[in-house]
Amino acid sequence: MNKKTATEKIISMGTLVSILFIWIIVSALGLVDQNLVPNPKSVFVAFVDIMENGYKNFTLLEHLAESMKRLIIAFFFAAITAIPLGLASGYNSKIRAVFDPLIEFYRPLPPLAYYTLLVLWMGIENESKISLLFLACFAPAYISCVSAVIKIKEDYINSAYTVGANKLQIIRYVIFPACLPDIFTGLRTSLGVAYTTLVSAEMVAANSGIGWMVLDASRYLRSDIIFLGIIIMGITGILLDKGIQLIEHRFVPWKGKE
Amino acid sequence: MVENIKSETNNVVTLKNLFLKYVGEKRDVDALQNVNLNIKEGEFICILGPSGCGKSTLLNILAGFIKPSSGEAIMDDESITGPDYHKGVVFQNPVLYPWLNVEDNVSFGLKMRKFPKNEITELTKTYLELVGLSGFEKNRPYELSGGMKQRVSLAKTLVNKPRLILMDEPFGALDALTRHNMQKLIREIWNKTTNTVLLITHDVDEALELATRVLVMSCRPGTIIKEFNTDFTFDILKNNNNSRCTKEYIDIREEILKIINNQCNELL
Repeated sequence: MNKKTATEKIISMGTLVSILFIWIIVSALGLVDQNLVPNPKSVFVAFVDIMENGYKNFTLLEHLAESMKRLIIAFFFAAITAIPLGLASGYNSKIRAVFDPLIEFYRPLPPLAYYTLLVLWMGIENESKISLLFLACFAPAYISCVSAVIKIKEDYINSAYTVGANKLQIIRYVIFPACLPDIFTGLRTSLGVAYTTLVSAEMVAANSGIGWMVLDASRYLRSDIIFLGIIIMGITGILLDKGIQLIEHRFVPWKGKE
Repeated sequence: MVENIKSETNNVVTLKNLFLKYVGEKRDVDALQNVNLNIKEGEFICILGPSGCGKSTLLNILAGFIKPSSGEAIMDDESITGPDYHKGVVFQNPVLYPWLNVEDNVSFGLKMRKFPKNEITELTKTYLELVGLSGFEKNRPYELSGGMKQRVSLAKTLVNKPRLILMDEPFGALDALTRHNMQKLIREIWNKTTNTVLLITHDVDEALELATRVLVMSCRPGTIIKEFNTDFTFDILKNNNNSRCTKEYIDIREEILKIINNQCNELL
């Protein structure tokens, strides 16, 4: 698959501009209720307002920072546990046999189902939220690490033996780098899943965070805040993914070129 | 008796009554049956045979990747128990790590074996020169053509100075011209270094033009049914001529083809 060329980029920009344009026209003509679809200007005003004065005790950046803190901590811990465990499970079928049933069982569960339990056990503070996000991150990263090791070319390993490498060296210098492309794919999926879960988590029990802000605003029919929150969540999501892609390009420049 | 011992010590590899059975879920497959072979130091052996005859299985046993079901595979008086750098393998599809550049791929084995840094640099340089790839040190494998990749993979194996070099249809995936150049390269390297080489191929001309001994295998279960001592490779080295036109060459070629075809008629 080729990257987007200049033409495709212009077309994508066109889509965004048209939507913005339709939004402006629709609200300028008063075709829809202001309470349901706020006009772009009021969203911008809300943006400036909560940047400066905050929404319910916290500024916009503080809400965002709170959400990001939960996300990053959970993501970090998921990465440092899921990657080694996934690689080990891929390498050794007995280790895999230990963890597979757990992962297979909880992975398809809707996160909110076990979130209630986590809240019961850990309270409504950050612990339960971070645990929830951790679980959301863990499964995709683990699964892609397992499959990365399983599908590694046998010749890669055999060849290493025939030039004098031992088992440990092969794990460190052959298996790990060979899995890197898939590890990154797994991490990207993880972050995506966790990000969608984050909003759900903040909607159940919280008093800060960008997800909570949107939910709280809906109680007061502040559609300008809801719009603003959604736009910011969308942009943040894209930026997070781009961030990982950037790191990926740096560490796995050979991806897709084998 | 004295004769016997002497010839034993000269052997790099001895295969005795080698059998290999792949145990499958539905049925077992006999891949090799009673293979006996001595390989002497400095020999260039080509194994010819129809596809599926167990040529690669034989190479995998020599490399130490699989163990024979019965019989013995001995190298330098020791049973072959697993792969190591004494038995270098050039795979059909060059095995180069995309996360390493050409230089680091070649020196991978030396690094794993903890050679001193300056020695690694020197050896890597020498062997990249030998395969004609000076100037490509910093390239990544995916930036190279098929022939160049196979050259890197050759250097990667040779740099470890293996006692035995095993090649599994190393030029099968290359175009005719590149293949010809690679054969020339291998012949010259073998002549220069007097390595012991075992090369598997299904190309009769490749076998005749490279080998000092050509072994023909039967259909599955594979066994060695005929061997020819050949010296065309020396003619080519000396005179750089085309041995393919001599009567002797054409006769042997015909004979080998006849053997292979007779073997497989029953199956086709």
